[in-house]
Amino acid sequence: MKRWLWPLVIFLVLAVFLGVGLTLNPREVPSPLIGKPAPPFQLPQLHDPEKTFSQKDMAGKVWLLNVWASWCGPCREEHPIWVDLAKTNVVPIYGLNYKDKRSDSMAWLQRYGDPYVLSASDLKGSIGIDYGVYGVPETYVIDKQGIIRFKQIGPVTPAVLKEKILPLIAKLNGNA
Amino acid sequence: MEMHKYMILLYFFVFPCALSHAAGDAALEQRVQRVAAELRCLVCQNQSLADSHAELAVDLKNKVREQLERGASEKDVLQFMTERYGDFVLYRPPLKTTTLLLWFGPGLLLLAGLAALFLRLRRRSAVAAEPVLTAAERARAATLLDSSSDPNSLNHHGEPKAR
Amino acid sequence: MVPELGQFALILALILAVAQGTLPLIGAARGVAPWMGLARPAAQGQFVFVAIAFGCLTYSFVNNDFSVLYVASNSNTTLPLQYRIAAVWGGHEGSLLLWVLMLTLWTMAVSVFSDRLPDDIVSRVLGVLGLISVGFLCFMLFTSNPFDRLLPAAMDGRDLNPLLQDPGMVFHPPMLYMGYVGFSVAFAFAIAALLSGRLDATWARWSRPWTTLAWMFLTLGIALGSWWAYYELGWGGWWFWDPVENASFMPWLMGTALIHSLAVTEKRGAFKSWTVLLAIFAFALSLLGTFLVRSGVITSVHAFATDPKRGIFILAFLVIVIGGSLILFAWRAHRVGLGGRFDRVSRESFLLLNNVMLVVATGSVLLGTLYPLFLDALGLGKISVGPPYFDTVFVALMAPALFLMGVGPLARWKQASLPELATRLKWAFAVAVVGALLLPLTMGKWTPLATFGFLLALWIVASSVTTLWSRLKQTPAAGLGAKLRTQSRSYYGMLLAHVGVAVFVVGVTMVKSYEAEKDVRLAVGEAVELGGYAFRLDALNEVTGPNYRAMRGTLTVTRDGAAVRTMYPEKRIYNVQKNAMTEAAIDTGFTRDLYVSLGEPVGNNAWLVRVQVKPFVDWIWGGCVLMALGGLLSVLDRRYRVAVRARAEAVAAAGTAAAG
Repeated sequence: MKRWLWPLVIFLVLAVFLGVGLTLNPREVPSPLIGKPAPPFQLPQLHDPEKTFSQKDMAGKVWLLNVWASWCGPCREEHPIWVDLAKTNVVPIYGLNYKDKRSDSMAWLQRYGDPYVLSASDLKGSIGIDYGVYGVPETYVIDKQGIIRFKQIGPVTPAVLKEKILPLIAKLNGNA
Repeated sequence: MEMHKYMILLYFFVFPCALSHAAGDAALEQRVQRVAAELRCLVCQNQSLADSHAELAVDLKNKVREQLERGASEKDVLQFMTERYGDFVLYRPPLKTTTLLLWFGPGLLLLAGLAALFLRLRRRSAVAAEPVLTAAERARAATLLDSSSDPNSLNHHGEPKAR
Repeated sequence: MVPELGQFALILALILAVAQGTLPLIGAARGVAPWMGLARPAAQGQFVFVAIAFGCLTYSFVNNDFSVLYVASNSNTTLPLQYRIAAVWGGHEGSLLLWVLMLTLWTMAVSVFSDRLPDDIVSRVLGVLGLISVGFLCFMLFTSNPFDRLLPAAMDGRDLNPLLQDPGMVFHPPMLYMGYVGFSVAFAFAIAALLSGRLDATWARWSRPWTTLAWMFLTLGIALGSWWAYYELGWGGWWFWDPVENASFMPWLMGTALIHSLAVTEKRGAFKSWTVLLAIFAFALSLLGTFLVRSGVITSVHAFATDPKRGIFILAFLVIVIGGSLILFAWRAHRVGLGGRFDRVSRESFLLLNNVMLVVATGSVLLGTLYPLFLDALGLGKISVGPPYFDTVFVALMAPALFLMGVGPLARWKQASLPELATRLKWAFAVAVVGALLLPLTMGKWTPLATFGFLLALWIVASSVTTLWSRLKQTPAAGLGAKLRTQSRSYYGMLLAHVGVAVFVVGVTMVKSYEAEKDVRLAVGEAVELGGYAFRLDALNEVTGPNYRAMRGTLTVTRDGAAVRTMYPEKRIYNVQKNAMTEAAIDTGFTRDLYVSLGEPVGNNAWLVRVQVKPFVDWIWGGCVLMALGGLLSVLDRRYRVAVRARAEAVAAAGTAAAG
């Protein structure tokens, strides 16, 4: 009788996997960049295109890089969180203005507030590709050595900020 | 879910369109198309880059073209994409320890199936099996299936009788 | 009021399903005739109530009752009537109702056309179907009620997903579900046979027409879905190996194995336990498909809005139904005898080999579909398994199976001889090889893939002709016409289905080898040349539809200066959901399709346009239609109708007696 039980065994193993699968989110794609140096860039600043900004300028600091655009609805959703966070001075927030028109983005910041120390303009989106951006907004936590430690795809929620981003920043700053 | 839908929409509309440098070199285009068919569009997730018209897909396709023009091999381009988006972006999963079963599973299944079949047949031809239908079974089948009009119907369908 | 009526009808249907799923089964086990007698009326009553519920939901859609949540989520006042009706199955809840409707329809059909079956078997079959129905009705009533109210009512609905606003939506899901659900009948017969302990040729005979019918519907359903994707998604693909497509394809493969295995069980009494196992697997894969589509474990373009509660419910149901069946199988199947004796080389062996190939192919599709989930569940990273993987693996596995298709029908039952088969098939093989080498040359480009595809297709056709020919020679009747008439319908059905596969292979081969496409920027007045055709963009106009606005291109297609066709591709934006939809323009032809779709505007009255020439693409679906017709022909075989006719006569006689 034993060999007649094989189909049952195989089926049950499959069922266990399906059960575990229910708890996972198939749409979330982890970034291969975690634990790797932030890809280099040198981009004009949004407010003052004469000046540039590079990830090298941030060596020795823990900082946030937030990819945003004025055409992006979910960005508006998460924006108040950045505005509030900026007031606390816990961490410097830099923006990567992704595939946007300068006038649009300036107006957008005017209207919803500007939490960024500065924003870099990635007009063609090529730096976005280097950072593996696929769903704006995206947010990166980068440590003092310039290594990417965390990436959030889609809008940051208060829960993600409180439970993941803030503790990580505290740890990276050596306060934990 | 909802959020993703929204982003896809935005990619479609609000955005000033990126120009694909269409046309040009036919051989190059074919290579671009071939590489793009191997890559998964991340915005729409179930389309390849080749099929997708999404904003990001067009950008990435341009990136593919740009790199191939610069003389990169198709493998280099796939490598470039994997570095940024992970293995997830490859529609043909790379062969590594975690994908061994994926790539060799079908072959193993086939071998197992053939082996089981062979053993089964050998055992079977060794054992004298019961007759096709006993007389009693045949009678029962005939009553059950009726065929008052055609008592032979059980043997009389389709295929030629066994010889 | 009407929605409450529908809900009430569903509850009554559930009560009947419970009765149908318990008493007749117990009655059959203990030999209580009145309990067994309950099966038929309960099944028929259940169908009536589910049909009423379905009618109520349709009524709510037709009358725009936005106080019903499901209607408000899937319809809109501006939605044309035919799509308001199709919207009934446009979302999760309603499509589940359609599923249950199909299930009760099949159940009723079994209850009506089973007069010749012994009462205990009928009771068991209907009982098992009743239990399945209990599961789905509970699923619907407890997690996915289509009649849930939305109070206060919405002013207007959120509209049907524009992708679904298409004639394909009207036909594809009902066909597909008829197939999916139809395998529940084969499953119920298998379980009934296990319960009764009478696994024999008679069981195979009863179960065979039902299985073939379900397989036919599934074939058509999948073909329709593929065709729909081809013209509606707007990028000219016809099969994407999307998880949900695989979910419908796996039961089809398993069902194909099953109908072949049933043939052996019926004719020779062999493979009995194997056939039962296939019947269980075919239905298990149908249920698995439901799980994959509705639970959200896998990303797909087709997936419904998901809810983990639903996933848990279906998974539990799957485990109970299939786990239970497999326990029953382990308990009972080993007592089944071996059946008729046959040699290692015989038609039985060839069919068994075909079964192995089909089951391995199913297993590989399952592996590829679920592998990303396995890795993710084990925390080993995220990967994608896509068309390049499936194409490679599937073609490698199916090619030998297609080769065997030519040999099997010619081999004798019980004992065949390989040298003799080789002699009889040598001409067929020669024809296939020569044709395969020459045909690609007529297309102007020789490729190994094209040669290989033609080899398989020609081999199937040539060997089928050989089979028919040698069969006719053995038929005693005089004259070709008489000989042809003596062959049974099921025999012609088999040949037709096999030729359908060949036609399908030709379609795939031609498209894969010789399709051409170009993505170009076209301004009004500009033209692009592809595959000997010139496509000129003559105009771009904004047009307004009933519930959308669109940009419509006008392209004139010419070949060597002669006009072929004017084509009107559109890019639509639907008013409510704001989705952009690519409405491709297709010029369908026997030997090629021209396919034009609009990409994006690129400024200055210019658009990115994709033009494609797809040789023989319609043969893909034509082949599927032939396969389905072959199935239909087999079901109409005389031996299945004898019983029906005899019954009709008996009824007529009884009527006369009563009158007299």
